[in-house]
Amino acid sequence: MRYEAPSREDEAVALLAAEAGAKVLAGGTDLLVRLRGELIEPGMIVDIKRIAGMRDITPEAGGWRIGAGVSGAEMGEHEGLRADWPGVVEAAGLIGSTQIQGRATIAGNLCNASPAADSVPAMVAAGAVVRIVGPKGAREVPVIDVPQGPGKTALEPGEFVASVFLPPRAARSADCYLRFIPRSEMDIAVVGCGLWLVLDDADRVTAARVALGAVGPKVMLVEEAAEALVGRVLDEAALADLAAACSRAATPMDDKRGTVDFRRHVSGVLARRAAEIAAKRAKGEMA
Amino acid sequence: MSQIHVTTQINGDATEFLCEPDETLMDVLRDRLGLTGTKEGCGTGDCGACTVAVDGRLVCSCLMLGAEAEGRDVATIEGMATGDQLHPLQQKFIEMAALQCGICTPGILVAAQSLLERNPDPSEEEVRYWLAGNLCRCTGYDKIIRAVMETAADMRRAS
Repeated sequence: MRYEAPSREDEAVALLAAEAGAKVLAGGTDLLVRLRGELIEPGMIVDIKRIAGMRDITPEAGGWRIGAGVSGAEMGEHEGLRADWPGVVEAAGLIGSTQIQGRATIAGNLCNASPAADSVPAMVAAGAVVRIVGPKGAREVPVIDVPQGPGKTALEPGEFVASVFLPPRAARSADCYLRFIPRSEMDIAVVGCGLWLVLDDADRVTAARVALGAVGPKVMLVEEAAEALVGRVLDEAALADLAAACSRAATPMDDKRGTVDFRRHVSGVLARRAAEIAAKRAKGEMA
Repeated sequence: MSQIHVTTQINGDATEFLCEPDETLMDVLRDRLGLTGTKEGCGTGDCGACTVAVDGRLVCSCLMLGAEAEGRDVATIEGMATGDQLHPLQQKFIEMAALQCGICTPGILVAAQSLLERNPDPSEEEVRYWLAGNLCRCTGYDKIIRAVMETAADMRRAS
């Protein structure tokens, strides 16, 4: 196996294009486990962290561009990012221990393509767009279109995710991510829910996005859940409709972490709790 | 041979080593540099026994390639004491018997030191969450948490 740490994006693309089965190394918290477990035996590993910008959080067009090498810990320490996208930051911060936070990235979380990835529903709810580079150049792809199923992404051979863009935070808008796990931390989501909403001056929802994780083969954007909120204040009836829409949309499976019925129920519970938190954040009542 | 030449800082000392492309930092520390204080527990990033700080940030050295250490600053348990003078955390762990078999101890000490550098006055809950990635199968954690809390109090009084 070869290890390469190019300093330019086009060098990384050339290396990945030249070696079929080459693997991209960002934080390595999934890749190294698979490598050491001999689940993969790549001919080359391309470490992208030495490329300019990969470890930076940069303001861009009113939003934020997060390089593919930025760790969860670095996101959590970034005040501007925390203020604009608290849901994305809290989702990234839930991944693993302090030590994992020192390395794990949201680009890697996305590309690992686990249905239970914590940061992915949060990025979908935030309307995040990734910049993918490859042999045919760069393309911008909404996060919702990247996962294709467990372990599968829309990346073509030779392509990698270079950065994640979070759009500008609109006035009176906010996001939130909640997950259910049977322990207090260090576990894999049984259900995850990312939610983003915008309120008008009368506290009516003018726009919303609701995303669920771990209740299907890939993250899902639940249009019916957003429709249940738009035009309404977050009263009991609206929250009940939101929860019902999420429970209906979920397509979970039974496994050791939870049953189908439980996961459907929890999908609704998390969505209504996330909506209440996001609304408080949108009104500036909590961080 | 396809070995990679890496230049790095380890516990403040400029260090060079050769490693295989797929060799982890943990294996480099233990097998090539003789720094066996860093332990291998699970090898999958779950247990924290291999914890080191890289550029001041905690990582599992089993989940980092040795080659990635090029130009970085690595801190291991061997750099914690100053000569014969133990770090206050090390001293307190001995006094309060905050260890039994000792395999998890280097990782816990490195992690706890990093916490106290960032937060000299952590709550018990903050200590427990910070150290949640360091598994101990002997102590039940309580003595460890108390030793960290007491060290923090001592260090605040001393400063």
